[in-house]
Amino acid sequence: MTLLEQFQLWLGSIWPEWAAYITPAIIGIVVVLGFVLTTVIIFIYLERRLLGRFQIRTGPNRLGPEGIFQPIATALKVLLKEDIVPAKADKVVHWIAPIVVFAPILLIFAVVPFGKGAIFTDLNVGIVYVVAISSLSTVGIYMAGWASSNKYALIAALRAVAQMVSYELPVILSILGVVLMVGSLSMNQIVESQSIPFILLQPLGFVIFFLGTVAEMNRCPFDLLEADSEIVAGYHTEYSGMKFALFYLGEYGHAVAYSGIIATLFLGGWQGPLLPPIIWFLIKIVAVFCFIVWMRATLPRLRVDQLMAFAWKCLLPLAVINLFIIAAEVLWLPESMPWIMVVLNFAFAGVLILLWSKLFTLGGGRVEV
Amino acid sequence: MAIRTEPFILNMGPQHPSTHGVFRMRVTLDGEVVLDVEPVVGYLHRGIEKLAEGRTYTQNIPFTDRLDYLASMTNNLAYVLAVEKLAGIEVPERAEHLRIIMAEMMRIASHLMAVGFFLNDLGAMMTPVLYMWREREKLLDLFEMVCGQRLTYNYMRVGGVSHDIPEEFLPALKRFVAEMPGLIDEYDQFLAQNEIVLARSKGVGVLPEDLAINIAASGPVLRASGVQWDIRRGDPYSIYDRFDFDIPVGSAGDCYDRYWVRVQEMRQSVRILEQAIPQLPQGEVCAKVPQLLRPPVGEVYGRIEAPKGELGFYLVSDNSIAPYRFRIRPPTLINLTALRDMVIGWKVADLIITFGSIDVCLGEIDR
Amino acid sequence: MTIALNGEEVAKKITEVVPGSVAAADKMAVVVGSKSLYQVAEFLKNTSGLDFDYLNDLTAVDYLDYFEVVYHLTSLKHNHSLVLKTRCYEREKPIVSSVVSLWRAADFQEREVYDLMGITFEGHPNLKRLLLWEGFAGHPLRRDYL
Repeated sequence: MTLLEQFQLWLGSIWPEWAAYITPAIIGIVVVLGFVLTTVIIFIYLERRLLGRFQIRTGPNRLGPEGIFQPIATALKVLLKEDIVPAKADKVVHWIAPIVVFAPILLIFAVVPFGKGAIFTDLNVGIVYVVAISSLSTVGIYMAGWASSNKYALIAALRAVAQMVSYELPVILSILGVVLMVGSLSMNQIVESQSIPFILLQPLGFVIFFLGTVAEMNRCPFDLLEADSEIVAGYHTEYSGMKFALFYLGEYGHAVAYSGIIATLFLGGWQGPLLPPIIWFLIKIVAVFCFIVWMRATLPRLRVDQLMAFAWKCLLPLAVINLFIIAAEVLWLPESMPWIMVVLNFAFAGVLILLWSKLFTLGGGRVEV
Repeated sequence: MAIRTEPFILNMGPQHPSTHGVFRMRVTLDGEVVLDVEPVVGYLHRGIEKLAEGRTYTQNIPFTDRLDYLASMTNNLAYVLAVEKLAGIEVPERAEHLRIIMAEMMRIASHLMAVGFFLNDLGAMMTPVLYMWREREKLLDLFEMVCGQRLTYNYMRVGGVSHDIPEEFLPALKRFVAEMPGLIDEYDQFLAQNEIVLARSKGVGVLPEDLAINIAASGPVLRASGVQWDIRRGDPYSIYDRFDFDIPVGSAGDCYDRYWVRVQEMRQSVRILEQAIPQLPQGEVCAKVPQLLRPPVGEVYGRIEAPKGELGFYLVSDNSIAPYRFRIRPPTLINLTALRDMVIGWKVADLIITFGSIDVCLGEIDR
Repeated sequence: MTIALNGEEVAKKITEVVPGSVAAADKMAVVVGSKSLYQVAEFLKNTSGLDFDYLNDLTAVDYLDYFEVVYHLTSLKHNHSLVLKTRCYEREKPIVSSVVSLWRAADFQEREVYDLMGITFEGHPNLKRLLLWEGFAGHPLRRDYL
């Protein structure tokens, strides 16, 4: 029984039926919006300062003490800009695209557990819901690229569709590995059954899932959608003002959402000693995000055919093998000694990753013209 | 059943975050594959060759700064060497040493920038750029100590250099030279074995050896293709024959080799600096040259090994105070001749990094 | 050290193969007639012992009576260099044959000479203006332009 349902029951005793039905929903929406927007603002600041430290410079430090008002200034700047729509653009699609990109992020948070029982709806197919909703953003990106009537944006949009579709498969397969161990698709169940966090129990699954979601988020090293050294700004070249703000928020929102999913699936969600669960959840999200920023600062970018090759020839087979190993272990190893699984899985992960790195080259090629 | 595709022309226009200046390319693409590249230059044409015909030989030195504005010292050096050859002027020893020191420092600064931006084109988000610029800033501070300028130095004069170095210059330079080899090793370590850098640049944008000679490529582009030709060794100017340094030569002529040759050249430049600093003699820094120099009637082709290639000046004199013809041989324009051959069949991303590995500077191409 | 070959000696070798081509020769350079430029260039590139495979520079100078197109050639193998020149006496429509098929380095440089001096290179595959825009009238580097 989630907190929200308890609240709804209590309200039902003092207010009319329809009010008691709508109020928790509205509260839920407001809380999600508030959480996402606040976290996004914090993440924008965090990323810029952290990236600065990686690049041996301080990040923004002018506005406010240590620059904490920088994201607010960014938001204000973006809101006050003139909204320019290209003359030949498809106006309706151009207008809707940012919304289609941003809205799914808010929807994902409906099934992320923030604490014991603190979840909006405990869907018993929670993780399937998450996977389905997160794919909707791809449609938005394609709409943005198409409607801009700009060749650069179109190239970026096509790359986006190819990339996101290819990386869905390894992500889903590694989620299946987690689901096999838990025995249920509900996000609440997944958190509660992690007496040992799944990152230790399934290191290979974690690596595949992490790389897959970094690719879904279009972050380095897979950020060729907005590779500003190649195709100017990718699918949001022709956007300015509030619509660009939605894309920008959408990118960080995706980072928050996927960090939340990683924290839930692999790091044990809100579990942790001493501090209240929500604080632990936030700590884990921030830790995952810092790691993602670290990857951004360090690694160069893959080319589009290398990206595809990486997804299909490297991650997908590893994900399938991972699934088989987990299924075999769940079937044959006794429940009471999970540490054997940890050791076995680390060994398998090490061997497989070494094997693949020897056999698989990222090279690609020249096409005969 | 084959899908019918139609090639389209993409204009990577003069304003682009990654074309290293106002350079335009009309790329014919079939999906992501490059079918044809047509470079369009001239957006920075300032008419230097024509302007120089109305100014005295010394007044033309600031023009040469603005050619390859990232390596002004070597531009100045090429021009004044040509004028000295034309007019038969002897340069004092101290000035020769100072010129070599400045030229090699300039080579390090230019290559740091080239390597950093090559990695930026690969997508590593400015991090390598900022690391390399940490060193470049130290070099620019040293230049500022000498001539007061950070970018367009106007330091060389016909017959020597314009002023002597201050006393804090040599200790600062010695400190820089002492720590530089370790830092070059650090950069090499980060990046030369990075899987993604290797995958993106090995075998990409190959310039075969015979094509490189045919298009008269020069500098790191030529040496990466396997041709052992460096003007400092093959046709030494100034006092380069007194120093001991190697010429790094690549083998495959791909983007990775061009990057590798530049990193090795930085090491060799540090080596030359280590030898030149203790040998610096006392003396004058500029020969006595009349202010309105009138070289005898004749012509000269003077060339040096600039960081980007063979920078040559063809000067024709008719015994007046201004040159009759002032021709600049731009290394990067000539290196670009084979761009089309290097990138056909590759993808847009490869086009960008191949172009970045040639290391152009628009000031020199357009003059 | 790159040895600058003596123009007179090279002129003798050229006259053996392409008679009547050399208009003048001094220590510095060899001047050939514009009609036989291509043959002389081919001879210089393909003869062993000369092997001029590297075209350093291709430019033109406007001496009001004539245009002089100057080629600086080097041989990387033997490390020697030569200056080859040719003159065009027509002011209105100067034409010289293009050496792009011998040295591709001439590609952009001939376009630039066409652009700034107005000399047409016959046989160049893509003789368009390089530095100035299409539709520009005149050839700025000529001495009588401004």
